[in-house]
Amino acid sequence: MRVALLVSCLVDGLRPSVGAAALKLLRAAGCTVVVPRAQTCCGQPAWNSGDRATARTLALRVLDQFAGVDAVVVPSGSCAGMVHQLPEVLGASHPRRAEAEALAARCYEITTFLVEQRDYHPGPLGQGQTLTYHDSCAGLRELGVKTAPRILLERAGYILVEMAQAETCCGFGGTFCVKYPEISVAMADEKLASAGQAGASLVVGGDVGCLLHLAGRSERSVAPLAFRHVLELLVPEREQPRALGQGTP
Amino acid sequence: MSFRVDSQDFIARSSDALEDAPLQSALGKLRMGLSLRRREAVAALPEFEALRDEAAALRDYTLATLDQQLEAFEAQVRARGGEVHWAPDAEAARRIILELCQRYGAKKVLKGKSMVTEELELNEHLEAQGIRCVETDLGEYIVQLRRERPSHIVAPAIHLRKEDVAESFAEHHGDAGGRDRSTAEALMAEARAELRAHFLSADVGITGANFAIAETGSTVIVTNEGNGDLTQSLPKVHIAVTGIEKVVPTLEDASTLLRVLARSATGQEASVYTTFSTGPRRPEDPDGPEAYHVVLVDNGRSAMLGTEFEAMLRCIRCGACLNHCPVYGQVGGHAYGSVYPGPMGAVLTPQLAGLDQTVHLPTASTFCGACAAVCPVKIPLPTLLRQWRQRAHEAELGGTKARWLLALWGFFAARPRLYHAGLRLGTRVLAGLAGPRGSFRRLVGGQAWTAKRNFPAPEGGSFIASLSQETFSPTAEDRSAR
Repeated sequence: MRVALLVSCLVDGLRPSVGAAALKLLRAAGCTVVVPRAQTCCGQPAWNSGDRATARTLALRVLDQFAGVDAVVVPSGSCAGMVHQLPEVLGASHPRRAEAEALAARCYEITTFLVEQRDYHPGPLGQGQTLTYHDSCAGLRELGVKTAPRILLERAGYILVEMAQAETCCGFGGTFCVKYPEISVAMADEKLASAGQAGASLVVGGDVGCLLHLAGRSERSVAPLAFRHVLELLVPEREQPRALGQGTP
Repeated sequence: MSFRVDSQDFIARSSDALEDAPLQSALGKLRMGLSLRRREAVAALPEFEALRDEAAALRDYTLATLDQQLEAFEAQVRARGGEVHWAPDAEAARRIILELCQRYGAKKVLKGKSMVTEELELNEHLEAQGIRCVETDLGEYIVQLRRERPSHIVAPAIHLRKEDVAESFAEHHGDAGGRDRSTAEALMAEARAELRAHFLSADVGITGANFAIAETGSTVIVTNEGNGDLTQSLPKVHIAVTGIEKVVPTLEDASTLLRVLARSATGQEASVYTTFSTGPRRPEDPDGPEAYHVVLVDNGRSAMLGTEFEAMLRCIRCGACLNHCPVYGQVGGHAYGSVYPGPMGAVLTPQLAGLDQTVHLPTASTFCGACAAVCPVKIPLPTLLRQWRQRAHEAELGGTKARWLLALWGFFAARPRLYHAGLRLGTRVLAGLAGPRGSFRRLVGGQAWTAKRNFPAPEGGSFIASLSQETFSPTAEDRSAR
């Protein structure tokens, strides 16, 4: 199966190890992986800010770069959700609308792809480590990503404890987190309290944006938690970057 | 515009709300309570999801045939001896209601809970003309005593704790006999005793209507306190005020909507009282008003028909989107500066008051989608909020700094070589600056992030730049980009 990796701009720039893990896992799951070099951003910041023209320009670039593969796989529910909205970005009468629909139909969030399309079983890695999972909103509510990351983590030997507010928004929200920082941080505090009450010191999620926001806030608290993208936990420890939330500026 | 909003200071109001400890304690209870109750009610009704589809389709059908439904409703009300009044805007609605009150020589008006009359600021208007208005819903009564506006469309005083209510009652009811105000029950009993005298002395009762049924000419209200029933049956005159979109074709249709309404609003299978009003009292009726009027208010609603915002007119005002909105849950209703707060209010308010005054409302959302996931009539609220953002962008409303940064980002994102070179350099510099500390406490130009959060440093370098040639896909644009 020929798969293109849409790495997402946050992973590309801030957490490249997650991209490396994605590449490795897709290959281990029997895929031939290509990474279109000219990919930049799916256009979500523009689309959600009401800038339809810029969103359209970037949408057409995504169509160009991700043509001709069996599947497009994304280590982010948010960006995969955006690809699913590309037909709407182009509009009903756009000449490339059908292309956008075809792309959306073969675009997957990576944990869903690994479980549902490849039935992937990671090796034993977790050694009984306890963690809690934060469901990022776009993945959860636009794409139904709920069980796949948990299945992968459990197959790898991690122990999941659920927090009461796993499905509540963490307050990141893209540009929301800097347009309304006080509300954003108040939402993070509620999420962090819920994670803390679950009794896990490691919070895992499928979107780097949420994790950076939560980790950055957690570092200002008396007892910071650790944060990781789910893919980081599916590769051997020596390939894992330092966990987020452990900074000491 | 005749719709008052104070939405321009959303940021200042939300800051105040976040610092307001009593408010936060009240909101904490809301966040836990109502969404949990809804979840339990939905779990107990296996066909709930199918009912949502049915309810949404029913509302769409009604909106597609709105003119016919409204005319049928009017004919049925008339046939049963009632009167229907059409109010194109808030001013007309206020005038019509004032004239009705004057026609019946009303000195005191009872009010059932009605968001449309809040939208019209009816109480202020009638009081200015010397007509006393008494809110009879407990929450509305409390809010009226405190000269506040409701902070929630279903639970108007949800922002208050019982201690706040006790304080207001002490101020307005006096403290004769050292009344016990330590429990919610005691406060409720006190309000009931105060209201009883008003129920027996009012001339006109004004209620809203959850639905107006075209088939029978009935208006329907749902309440948990029974105050609405007394309001519309004790005085000589009943005036039901509602939006034109609240009409439904048949009694059966109303029953479909009632099944999703109470479960979505409060997690109840049905509200304690569901009351149908059909015309004035007939000779054989033991009680009821002598005159029955319905005021159908447009006030910007018909302008939404046939636009991208038409789906908003499906709304049955259950408040589920407020109860599940994490932003509403943090700042409460008053921060929005509109009688319609939360996700439904953020879509509706710009329509009623103009986008230039209200541009924060559609912007202050993370698009988490919790609202759309619970909406009983499946309004795509985030999509509609995004439509408002598009209009705001086109009209160049909102922050210029954000627009500028977005344009810069768009410029680089469309130029991959420049983008990747810049990204590789920028992330390496940041990683180097952070060193083993791993994150930043402050960043030049990044105050909005770093005021209350550290910024985790990038690992350094970019993923794309780190890859070997053979991993790349040789697409046409890829070749041209090298």
